[in-house]
Amino acid sequence: MTAEQIVFYLFATLAIASALGVVMVRNSVQAVLCLVLTFFSMAALWMLLEAEFLAIALVLVYVGAVMVLFLFVVMMLDVDFASLKQGFTRYVPLGVLVAAGLLIGLYWVLRGEVFGLEMMPEPNKHGAEHSNVEVLGKLLYTDYFYAFEVAGVILLVAIVAAISLTFRGRRERRGQSVPMQHRASKDERLHIVKMDAEVAEFEDQQIDQDSDNTGKGKKKQKSKAKAKPKTQTKGESS
Amino acid sequence: MIEIILDALIIGFKINLILLPLILAVAYTTFAERKLIGYMQLRLGPNRVGPKGWLQPIADVVKLLMKEIVIPSGSNKALFLIAPVLFIAPSFAAWAVIPFSAEMVLADINVGLLYILAMTSIAVYGVIIAGWASNSKYALLGSLRSASQIVSYEIAMGFALVAVLMASGSMNLGEIVKAQEGPFWHWYWIPLLPILVVFWVSGVAETNRAPFDLPEGESEIVAGFHVEYAGIGFALFFLAEYANMILISVLTALFFFGGWLNPFHGIPYLGSATEWVPGTIWLLLKAAWFLFMMIWLRATFPRYRYDQVMRLGWKVFIPVTVIWLIVLTFMIKAGVGPWFSGRGVL
Repeated sequence: MTAEQIVFYLFATLAIASALGVVMVRNSVQAVLCLVLTFFSMAALWMLLEAEFLAIALVLVYVGAVMVLFLFVVMMLDVDFASLKQGFTRYVPLGVLVAAGLLIGLYWVLRGEVFGLEMMPEPNKHGAEHSNVEVLGKLLYTDYFYAFEVAGVILLVAIVAAISLTFRGRRERRGQSVPMQHRASKDERLHIVKMDAEVAEFEDQQIDQDSDNTGKGKKKQKSKAKAKPKTQTKGESS
Repeated sequence: MIEIILDALIIGFKINLILLPLILAVAYTTFAERKLIGYMQLRLGPNRVGPKGWLQPIADVVKLLMKEIVIPSGSNKALFLIAPVLFIAPSFAAWAVIPFSAEMVLADINVGLLYILAMTSIAVYGVIIAGWASNSKYALLGSLRSASQIVSYEIAMGFALVAVLMASGSMNLGEIVKAQEGPFWHWYWIPLLPILVVFWVSGVAETNRAPFDLPEGESEIVAGFHVEYAGIGFALFFLAEYANMILISVLTALFFFGGWLNPFHGIPYLGSATEWVPGTIWLLLKAAWFLFMMIWLRATFPRYRYDQVMRLGWKVFIPVTVIWLIVLTFMIKAGVGPWFSGRGVL
């Protein structure tokens, strides 16, 4: 048994077990996590097929982004299991029919004459210097350029459609406009009031005490703001 | 069969060679953070345990390990326990492809860049599961915030990595550093300056650090997604966060500041005088500087408002990176030296 075989059997078992978990587990959040594990073990299997770019793209796109959104939706849904189980006996014949149809279809596609070991010989193994990314990139941007660009346009159409579906006219709600906040200046927000000194007697000592207070900064913001004009007037008078 | 077991043992030993220093570095990063922020706020920081407080992180670890694990009633027990593991595993796994010098790398794979991106993107599961399984409003709010933040900044980060990939022409981290070979003005921080800023700030946002620490904003939602975790569970979240910080610092050094390359190379006298310093030291010094910057940021800036965080990610960073990708394309095709000389076609 080589190391590759050990890895293959490990992740193949994991993939099958977690795929079974998706449909068997009662908790829907756990089911989504099982699906994540299935994707992850499939990515490991793809890695064994030397498709490292696709394997990591699978983790990046499906596990890292799509399933996160999926998980959010499932968490927010309040699934009522009792109502889900209603009418089970009624739909059993239809379910069995669909399952049998799918099984036959799968067999038709994957049967020995089409997908057997003779029809699909083992691919050549490449060394460590073989870059799957480079090969894939060259293929996508030369032979399959139009298909690739069309796929991009289809995705763009999907984005536009999703936005237009959720956009329901201008919303009359109050919000914060960041550009306006950036444009705000000190002059609009802060009024500096000039005040004459209130105490006529012992003027010199009074001013000294005030400036001491602002220097220590022990007073709160309000008293600071009040103290400011005083020092200003002091500056003007002197 | 015996060879396989032997190989596995050797790989396991190498993994420990990376992980044990990493965990020690995490412990002393927390100490450095408390000390630095202390000095920045005119305090002393921890100085009681051991000489000058140097044993404080050890004491913290012992304390966290001894604490009782509290499982909240009504929580989903299995998911509650697995969430910290889901959070810490990717942040450790990402270290597999980091080259510490030209020869020292555990997994020298040619999709290293994508691997890093994939690993940082699956860490979000730990956060979501922790928030949901805790059966607590604060934890759920924190995990929602964290997930949307991580998902949005990942896009800007991915675009930034595309720029690095375009500039170096490789996804292997070692090759990226080798493409920057030369004195410090040959490194990618000059032609990729806007990308560097985007990558660095997105990195800070991805690690949920201040000023982007809304997921654990203690003034609003107590501690965010890990509010219900005590003892070792909390320690794992903490460990993963700091391991991610160090990872982002090392990645910034690798992608934009020449990794293990000598910064004095090409400068008369200074270059030849520092020739003997091993590359790993340079890499760690550069990473330490970025780590210091993260702590400095935390001590300096107030927390962002949530809509500002989202705006920065979607409306500022993504357009900036897309525009710079176009500029970069022209720079590469024009063969702007010294970074892209020899690759020009115009």
